[in-house]
Amino acid sequence: MTITFLFLAAITIIGTAAAMTLRNLVHCVLSLTLGLVGLALLYIDLGAQFVGFTQVLVYVGAVAILAVFAIMMTRSAEPSENTSSPFRVSGALIALAVFAVLAWAIFSGTNFLPTSAPQPEASVNQIGIALMHQYVLPLEVIGVLLTAALVGAAVIAMDEVRRAR
Amino acid sequence: MSPLSACLLLSSFLFSIGLAGALTRRNAILVLIGIELMLNAANLNFIAFWRYGANPSALTGVMFTIFSISVAAAEAAVGLSIILAVYRHSKTINLDQMNSMKG
Repeated sequence: MTITFLFLAAITIIGTAAAMTLRNLVHCVLSLTLGLVGLALLYIDLGAQFVGFTQVLVYVGAVAILAVFAIMMTRSAEPSENTSSPFRVSGALIALAVFAVLAWAIFSGTNFLPTSAPQPEASVNQIGIALMHQYVLPLEVIGVLLTAALVGAAVIAMDEVRRAR
Repeated sequence: MSPLSACLLLSSFLFSIGLAGALTRRNAILVLIGIELMLNAANLNFIAFWRYGANPSALTGVMFTIFSISVAAAEAAVGLSIILAVYRHSKTINLDQMNSMKG
């Protein structure tokens, strides 16, 4: 556990915790972006460069922008959310209990694992070769899934317009 | 604390904060973001076990994470467009007021 890891983990924790607690939704998405950037840097620090860049491309570049667009189009940027939710305390308690159980399992179950390992190599070259040979069927399935999701999202979002015409 | 334990602890924190957001927030977009955070926690677990696990040259964790990110992107796109359709229909995205199918 190095200084780099602690720094990136702190960025991730602060960003995601702010994303789930802030009142204004635009601030929420911006701090979520900070947390996801921290997570991507953590992937790069762990040796998975391609996954880190994919994370930046997909989450920071696409999902956060999409969420900002959805917030703007649903006019929920005003902090008018009524905070008297009946699940506020119980939901936080449930999440805290889940974290306690997971932390207990981690601390009691990973004593036998090695404390350090040599940095494995995952170059883009290797990933491309693996994608084109061993994982070519999942790649095709993901392509079909993304196409279906693209068409489905467009159809769902413009259904009303077509009906009104 | 070994680095693997630190990664797993961070990922369990991410999962818990996503779960707390999905359970307590009443805005549908924020609930979707909370679910995305839980998916990200799983991705971090994949990367951590690939990095410190037994056979890292097989690239299994990296591949699974790439496919998982793709599925999460598709899920976010469809989910947000469903939220837009619901907003156009009922003029709200507060989950407490979406009760027209309540028995």
